[in-house]
Amino acid sequence: MNLTPVPAAKTLDAYFLEARSKLLDLAGILDRIDRGLDADAATHDIRYSQLRQALTILHRHEPGRAEQVQQLFSLHYDPAWKRPAPR
Amino acid sequence: MNYIDPHIHMISRVTDDYHRMAQCGCVALSEPAFWAGFDRGCANAFHDYFRQLTEYEPKRAAQFHIRHYCWLCINAKEAENVSLSREVIAMIPEFLGKPNVLGIGEIGLNKNTKNEATIFQEHVDLAMRTNELILIHTPHLEDKFKGTRMIIDMLQNDRRVKPERVLIDHVEEHTVKYALDGGFWCAMTLYPTTKCTPERAADIIEMVGTDRIMANSAGDWGKSNPLAVPELILEMKRRGHPESAIRKIVYENPLAFWRQSNNWKDWPAEKSEPQATADETKSKNGPATTRPRAATVS
Repeated sequence: MNLTPVPAAKTLDAYFLEARSKLLDLAGILDRIDRGLDADAATHDIRYSQLRQALTILHRHEPGRAEQVQQLFSLHYDPAWKRPAPR
Repeated sequence: MNYIDPHIHMISRVTDDYHRMAQCGCVALSEPAFWAGFDRGCANAFHDYFRQLTEYEPKRAAQFHIRHYCWLCINAKEAENVSLSREVIAMIPEFLGKPNVLGIGEIGLNKNTKNEATIFQEHVDLAMRTNELILIHTPHLEDKFKGTRMIIDMLQNDRRVKPERVLIDHVEEHTVKYALDGGFWCAMTLYPTTKCTPERAADIIEMVGTDRIMANSAGDWGKSNPLAVPELILEMKRRGHPESAIRKIVYENPLAFWRQSNNWKDWPAEKSEPQATADETKSKNGPATTRPRAATVS
């Protein structure tokens, strides 16, 4: 069974304040890191740059942004890994 | 609306949680064997744990007219200890005939190590020898994508595995299609911070449809919400999705998967009325058809 998506305008009405709140939370977290002691070391942490890369994904006007953010935070998969044999 | 929570660790929850879940419409749940928050020192600790899952928790749930089912294994985290894992796997068949056992689970990977993969395959070997259903845990956070792909590789590398008898749990936006495209069942876990929110779970359902997918709380000893499935129900209602679609996700799909279990007994109420009521649940484990076990442990 496929579900009909909610009309876009209705979604914007329903989720605008929620999105605003989450953006403010994120802005607050980045501010908290930046004003912390030894901020320079933290901002050179790979995780900090991942957060900033995720923001560029959000900025894109294209579908699948949640999946792209998930991929950004995922380890590489090697399809040739050595599998155990069934017995 | 009546619902099923197909993955929740009630051993970690207080009795009040059963009460609240029943008040919110929970009629059944399944509890996979998992990590206790610490590594257990010996195989006998698992023996006691399996007794708790198969003897004690069903009684506690029944006080609130909730049917309790479970899955047995050594979890992926403790599977790093191969010798302990093999001792635990060897004792699982003793419990497979218990009436509330649905199969082997939650097996899977944690940090995607060689030892974890070895023990995952040995659990699959056991499930294939005993014709059990399989419930799979996929790793957390950055390990999830790689681990899910590795798990599917191992399942597809084993010709005995029938994907319709396997459920891949904790799927998210980047893994759900691999599970569904492989013909497996899948489940989304509604868990704070590290997994899905009810809103994102509803998004995923809108993108992939309602076939072979369900949702659970995975409530455990961490910060988690045993009423997360009702939160998804509310979110889907908020979006105007039909009750039939919601019911399929939170009731019919888990039931359809569970019905394949060797020990399954149809609920007496199902024949005339799909939604169990409090009175009907009194006849838990009543007379019904039981499917024979297809093979014995070799």
